[in-house]
Amino acid sequence: MSLLELRKLNKHFGGLHVTNAVDLTLEAGEIHCLIGPNGAGKSTLFRLILGEHHPGSGDVLFAGENITALKAFARIRRGLSVKFQVPGVFKGLSVRQNLEIALQSRHRGRELEAEIDRLLVFLGLASEQAQTAGNLSHGQKQWLEIGMAISLKPSLLLLDEPTAGMSPEETHMTGEMVQRLNADGMTVLAIEHDMAFVRQVAQRVTVLHLGQVFAQGSIDEIVADERVAAIYLGQAHA
Amino acid sequence: MTGFVSFFRRLEGPQTVGRGPAFWSLFAVVMMIAVAYPLFSDGYTVGNTVYFFVWVFIALSLCLIWGYGGSLSFGQTAFFGIAGYGYGVLTLNFGSAYGFTLVALVASVAIAAFFAALLGYFMFFGRIAGVFLGIVTLAVTLMLERFMAQTAGPEWHIGSARLNGFNGMSAMPPLTIPWPGEPIVLFADVGLYYFVLGLLVFVYLALRILMNSSFGNVIVAIRENPERAEMLGYDVRKYQLITFVIGAVLAGMSGVLYTAWGQYITPSSMGMTAAALPLIWVAVGGRSDLTSTVVGTLVVLAAFQALTIYGSQYALVFMGVLLVLTVLIAPNGLVLGTMNWLGRLAARITQRAG
Repeated sequence: MSLLELRKLNKHFGGLHVTNAVDLTLEAGEIHCLIGPNGAGKSTLFRLILGEHHPGSGDVLFAGENITALKAFARIRRGLSVKFQVPGVFKGLSVRQNLEIALQSRHRGRELEAEIDRLLVFLGLASEQAQTAGNLSHGQKQWLEIGMAISLKPSLLLLDEPTAGMSPEETHMTGEMVQRLNADGMTVLAIEHDMAFVRQVAQRVTVLHLGQVFAQGSIDEIVADERVAAIYLGQAHA
Repeated sequence: MTGFVSFFRRLEGPQTVGRGPAFWSLFAVVMMIAVAYPLFSDGYTVGNTVYFFVWVFIALSLCLIWGYGGSLSFGQTAFFGIAGYGYGVLTLNFGSAYGFTLVALVASVAIAAFFAALLGYFMFFGRIAGVFLGIVTLAVTLMLERFMAQTAGPEWHIGSARLNGFNGMSAMPPLTIPWPGEPIVLFADVGLYYFVLGLLVFVYLALRILMNSSFGNVIVAIRENPERAEMLGYDVRKYQLITFVIGAVLAGMSGVLYTAWGQYITPSSMGMTAAALPLIWVAVGGRSDLTSTVVGTLVVLAAFQALTIYGSQYALVFMGVLLVLTVLIAPNGLVLGTMNWLGRLAARITQRAG
């Protein structure tokens, strides 16, 4: 059964048609990358999936349930989770407390402490746990937020440019992290511009252009598609 | 048993300054001084100290909503006034026999809480945030002030209690504890002092536990980044509403205790000056910490009163200057800044010694 199904999603911002009858199906267990030029509607699509925006028309189905009318927090409780484009950590709080806030609804007491320790090691942030999150490097903030997102044990993880601002090594490590999570059964939908990352992790790729699904297939098919290259080049020349 | 222990372990935590034997020893010493204080002072001074204590509750309400929750409410005085008038109306109608003043205390605070729930529902579920929250709450308290100020005629009464317009209500009975033989009347001296002190310590410790609990974690998370908090599955608006109502309960306690202390309440207790002063106490003390708020409020209140006695026209100007200086020198609060500085100093000394 498909885990996430978007049916004819439409969203207007004033006169701007941001997503135009988008159909997208995600199979359980896959890593799916969403690419497309700037302004293609990728982040808006994420916000429609998460319930931060509500579509003008169309439906969002998650694990067979129509969640179009649900509020964002309720969707999260059903098994969605997200890492934002700009790292959304709690800047004024310690790294440890950031993770505690993410984990506390699932664990209590000593079990909670142990779970935080485990996650700190997984993220490579154990020595930074007392540090204020706002003082972390950009890459560390990204990992911390990924840590918060996965601590909910979601069945679907949404990643909005998880490697933005990372060095090639950090990007590769993030890719490995995503593959490890996927091996444990997590379905991943990632927006990403870094083609090395997409090549590393994606099992299927969807290209979004001007609010519509432009192409879909394996990374090799997408790279070989001349029309896809054209929209990126067109964007570059515009 | 472990649940019991972990409950009290929350007296310390990331959301509150002060931990370990040093802090709690100091706390014990302060408590002993506070308990012994009436023995070494006269009734008037003790009554005046109660007056200071009374305001700490509304300061804590602002600390909770603004300092921890990140929503600036300019209208805590609205709940102060509602509860104060509530106590007046109830006790003037039903008297003080059979411990009714205590019932009136609880009922008046409950009325303020109900009002806050209603107002908060429309604000938070209407997604009003930031500066607009301050504007709406300020408008509400000023409207209440205006409304109560025009209730001068004999037609404005609730039961046998006249509202009396700008002059306000007076002559309501003080808090009275029923006692076999003779009821204990808590006039504004030693009796009320111990009652309010006990309440204050209880509220302070309870808030420490609350803020270091998972609930407190969510509250500060919302202050730091409401979108992220929601994306961790927390119903942000519900948490904001609950915090707002708890804040109204605290402000309402101030209102009732103030009314019972002075046996009067006037519309100006909900006016502009009244609404602005708690903000200054809390900002100067350190809005994001309970202890800083309590200490800051008491110090600023005492200084304000001293200034009023020796040069009344300058007292409010001084408050303004104090606020500006705080914002410039220690934006997180002077008391909190000092406590953090002392903490770092102590850490450096122990490090050097070790």
